[in-house]
Amino acid sequence: MQPPHFIVHDKADTVGVIVVEGVKHGASLDGWIMETNERISVASRDDIPLGHKIALRDIRSGETILKYGCDIGKAIADIALGGHVHVQNVKTKRW
Amino acid sequence: MTARTFLGYRRENGRAGVRNHVVILPLDDLSNAACEKVANNIDGCLALPHHYGRLQFGEDLELHFRTLIGTGCNPNVAAVVVIGIEPGWTGRVVEGIRKSGKPVAGFAIEGAGEIKTVAEASRQAMSFVQQASEKQREPCPLNELWISTKCGESDTTSGLGANPTVGNFIDKLDAVGATTCFGETSELTGAELVCAERAADAQTKAKFLRTWKAYMDEVIEPHKTSDLSESQPTKGNIAGGLTTIEEKAFGNLQKIGKKARFIDVLKPAEAPGKGPGLYFMDSSSAAAECVTLQAAAGFAVHLFPTGQGNIIGNPIEPVIKLTANPKTAREMPEHIDLDVSGILRGEMNFDQAGDRLLDITIRTCNGRLTAAEALKHREFVMTKLYRSA
Repeated sequence: MQPPHFIVHDKADTVGVIVVEGVKHGASLDGWIMETNERISVASRDDIPLGHKIALRDIRSGETILKYGCDIGKAIADIALGGHVHVQNVKTKRW
Repeated sequence: MTARTFLGYRRENGRAGVRNHVVILPLDDLSNAACEKVANNIDGCLALPHHYGRLQFGEDLELHFRTLIGTGCNPNVAAVVVIGIEPGWTGRVVEGIRKSGKPVAGFAIEGAGEIKTVAEASRQAMSFVQQASEKQREPCPLNELWISTKCGESDTTSGLGANPTVGNFIDKLDAVGATTCFGETSELTGAELVCAERAADAQTKAKFLRTWKAYMDEVIEPHKTSDLSESQPTKGNIAGGLTTIEEKAFGNLQKIGKKARFIDVLKPAEAPGKGPGLYFMDSSSAAAECVTLQAAAGFAVHLFPTGQGNIIGNPIEPVIKLTANPKTAREMPEHIDLDVSGILRGEMNFDQAGDRLLDITIRTCNGRLTAAEALKHREFVMTKLYRSA
């Protein structure tokens, strides 16, 4: 298969993981959903480093972020589809 | 796979080891210098200096003894010379190790002085090394292997590739009756309920949840000064794209595969007591502390997935490192035993990656030095529960 630019663990996830280096704002990205073996595409809204997350839909502040099909924390700012999802806009619900 | 074997050293208690160390073991911080002198005098000895052993009490003291005795009893160790400042606690460690049946001798410095102690301990160490050097490896079935796992400097590629590779391996080894172990109590936070569902029965599930909650109540709550967002996840985790403890925990949990169920919850450094199967050990998520505890519980080989490139080793338990991060594999190749970054490119599936991990594990057991061994990484770090008296 063509190597993906990002990988999504679970069909229900709202974020994917960038698995290539050098993703720039505006890049058209090809994604692979591991659970279902489907392909999707998203345009990047930011420069996103290898291993960092990309939003798969618009996410509002306060919403739960889903990865592995599970709750990994909450958005603390609005995040647009294709945006960089990390510590600047997501926080733990624990500790 | 049931027919696969590794070449191990058969010990007096029946266990199979994959290394043949003669350990010079200090009871306490004061005895490190003598142990290092002995290891310097005699070829083939391994001193294990550490920081503790004085004025400890209660459960913390019990953990100290359990760690030292367990380290001495590990099947990767052929024989042990124990050196302590005084004979009482030194003798307790010697007697604990003696129960495994392996050669052990103790020396106390008070009343003799260090130079005389080093001379006598060196003669003993020389005799042990010469005996150990005649020991031959023999074929051992795979189910006799005790394997521990713990990940470090994880990033999102850990949860995508390296940890599920270990999970695939654990499922395969569990199916043939091997003994395996995972830990990292704090690092299951956020995924603790999903983890609890992987317990083999209701009693083990309750014990796991009690252990996790005790850590939260007794350690995190009284001592935290922030929301821990810069300790768990670590700075390295965050650089690698992990955002929250919950995200890290779900990635961590990939290491126990999809089928294996854990059959008991172990105290730190406690040896498994319920026969073959997967065990959870209550332990720190700091790499060297966790691996030291697992080695002290008797585990012979360690699987260590990393994302950003943790470089840990252990003096007695070989640490096999794997990564799915292509940048780490390219920039830090001398620390990586297995590159599974092909998973992220769709070139390799988990089953194939698990088989490759099995191959490198058997080669390591047969004598191949890991990256950490070749680089002389010997992190031996005792876990301390609270301040000494």
